[in-house]
Amino acid sequence: MQTQAWMIVPGNAALSALLLFVIAMPFLYAARRPVHEFVRSLGHLAHAPLRLLSHALYAAAQGMRYRNREVLLAHGREETEQHIAREFERIAVLVKRDLEGYPALQQRLLAEITRVEDDYKKCGEVPPPPPEWVEAVEAVAKVKNGNELVQRVLDEINRAIKEIHDRMLKEYRGAYEERHKILNGFMPFWRSLQHTLSQADRRVTSLSDRAGQIDAQMQKFEGIVNKTPEAEHALTVSAATQLAVTTLVLAIATGGALINYKLIALPMSEMVGAGDYLTATLRTSDVAALVIIFVEATMGLFLMETLRITHLFPKIHGLPDTLRRRLMFAAATLLITLAGIEAALALMRDMLIADKAALLQSLATVQQHAPADGWMARIPTAGQMLLGFILPFALAFVAVPLESFIASARTVLGAALVAITQGAALGLRLTATLVKALSRLVITFYDIVIVLPLLVERLVKRAPKAAAFEVDDETLAARRH
Amino acid sequence: MDRRQFVIGIGAATLAGCGDSRSHAQAVYMLVDTSGTYALEVDKAQAIVSYLLGTLQSGDSLAVARVRSRSFNEKDIIAKATFDSRPSQANAQKRAFKEAIDSFTRSAKGSAYTDITGGLIQGAMFLNETGAGRKTILIFSDMQEELDKSTVRDFPIDLKNIRVVAVNVVKLKTDNMDPRRYMGRLDDWQKRVELAGAAEWRVINDLEHLDRILRS
Repeated sequence: MQTQAWMIVPGNAALSALLLFVIAMPFLYAARRPVHEFVRSLGHLAHAPLRLLSHALYAAAQGMRYRNREVLLAHGREETEQHIAREFERIAVLVKRDLEGYPALQQRLLAEITRVEDDYKKCGEVPPPPPEWVEAVEAVAKVKNGNELVQRVLDEINRAIKEIHDRMLKEYRGAYEERHKILNGFMPFWRSLQHTLSQADRRVTSLSDRAGQIDAQMQKFEGIVNKTPEAEHALTVSAATQLAVTTLVLAIATGGALINYKLIALPMSEMVGAGDYLTATLRTSDVAALVIIFVEATMGLFLMETLRITHLFPKIHGLPDTLRRRLMFAAATLLITLAGIEAALALMRDMLIADKAALLQSLATVQQHAPADGWMARIPTAGQMLLGFILPFALAFVAVPLESFIASARTVLGAALVAITQGAALGLRLTATLVKALSRLVITFYDIVIVLPLLVERLVKRAPKAAAFEVDDETLAARRH
Repeated sequence: MDRRQFVIGIGAATLAGCGDSRSHAQAVYMLVDTSGTYALEVDKAQAIVSYLLGTLQSGDSLAVARVRSRSFNEKDIIAKATFDSRPSQANAQKRAFKEAIDSFTRSAKGSAYTDITGGLIQGAMFLNETGAGRKTILIFSDMQEELDKSTVRDFPIDLKNIRVVAVNVVKLKTDNMDPRRYMGRLDDWQKRVELAGAAEWRVINDLEHLDRILRS
């Protein structure tokens, strides 16, 4: 009954609604201006703060971006400086190692070349020319034939010449043989020369490669110093890759820490008691095991810091060398001690498990045969002890990826935060625009609802020609809004 | 108090403040009925004790007592122990406990009457003294209480926050003739235990499911 109380025509909801609408229309027309103002004010009320917030977020994002950029470039600059310094150190080592012996190498080369030249000169020596008496023979040969004395002289000369010729030929052949021997002796020198030259070439190429790497680093450094977008992009991408890699390494290290925890949690209950709880589910012995692992990781961190492998604590780097070395020995000693304790705990764990198994076996209604206590049974014990000793040292190296993780996470999370802030600013701006458009839509819809009184108003104003194009002040204001 | 003692004291106080003050230990008091023909079931009681020894941890308490004509007596406790916080010591205690129970099962003698209520009162006192967070009384009996004329047990008992588990409640000859007697007996005990403020009442007859003894 109550739901039908509003019906002017009982049982006819549509007609009742229509009649109510017609009755309400003059009031709606009368309230047009205040309603328009109200809707406009509401739109403005939502729009202005949203835009303001959007602007503020944009400004904050810009600020963060600038700060991130500065940090990123500073970090990149520091890293590149270290790389360049390291490359120069390597070049210095190369120069000292290779070019230090260069004068000796040059002297050896010169000596070899001189020797080759001498030998070559020896090769160039030819046998002396035939004696001048050849011309005398030619003169005798011109004497007319028929003279027996001449004939005999000529025969004698012929015989002597043949003899000399044979001797000369023999000497000539001997000389060539000698020269061939000398040329043959060249081979080891040539080989030595080639080896020495290729060695020198390799060293020069190595130096050239290093120089190329320095060039690349210098180019990167220049980009960072000039704050180019390419350098910034390269550093951001590099940070993202670093973050992915270090996250993977840290996940592996966490797995190692978990195994470590499993190894020492049970024997720790023998030391601190198994019945104490810190919270409803957290045993004191479990926390003690975790604390030991964290202490090991911290000692590893200090060790890496004092060895100057990581740079997480500037104060440690600022310490005098003597003090730093003392700290290093202290950290290393503690780490070795903790590793020894862990090995002992791993042994105790094995003993406790064996004791528990023996107890359960004695409690069992059906007795089982105990496994033979041979050398095979000792392998897991030895393995556990070894793991207990090694894992703390493995955990110590976590400091290296941790440092990279912190540095790269700062960059990547900073970039993500900027993106989120900018996205939020965009969303707020979009909402502000939507609210403004919605208020216009409501004003227009209101006018559509009271279209009949508006038409009457127009007719009363008697402006038939321009009626189609004329709009009242309210509509104009609404459109402007 | 010098400076060093002060620092140690502050550290200890802080750690004590951090600790969980609630007790996480559990205590079990097992009543073993040795009256009449039920004395023959004592081997099963031994198996239950073995299960409990294998399950209870360091810091937990266990006591095994026999039900006789009058059971409200410390002398009826066969063995009791609060297991040491060190697992190795706890294991040694468990071995000694088992030996005591084995010795009892070898020399168990039947009694003329069955005073379960007296055993329950004694058990509740023991459990409350342990200060354990979780307290359980196991009744290894046919739940047929028989008291002599001079023994008075018809008064309300207090079993507040204690779980009561009846184990191996065998059927008597008379139960076989009229099963309503068995059901009625169990219902009576449930009402009595719940009226005494017990946290839970449970009956476990299948000894294959002993894990339900300590599980809520």
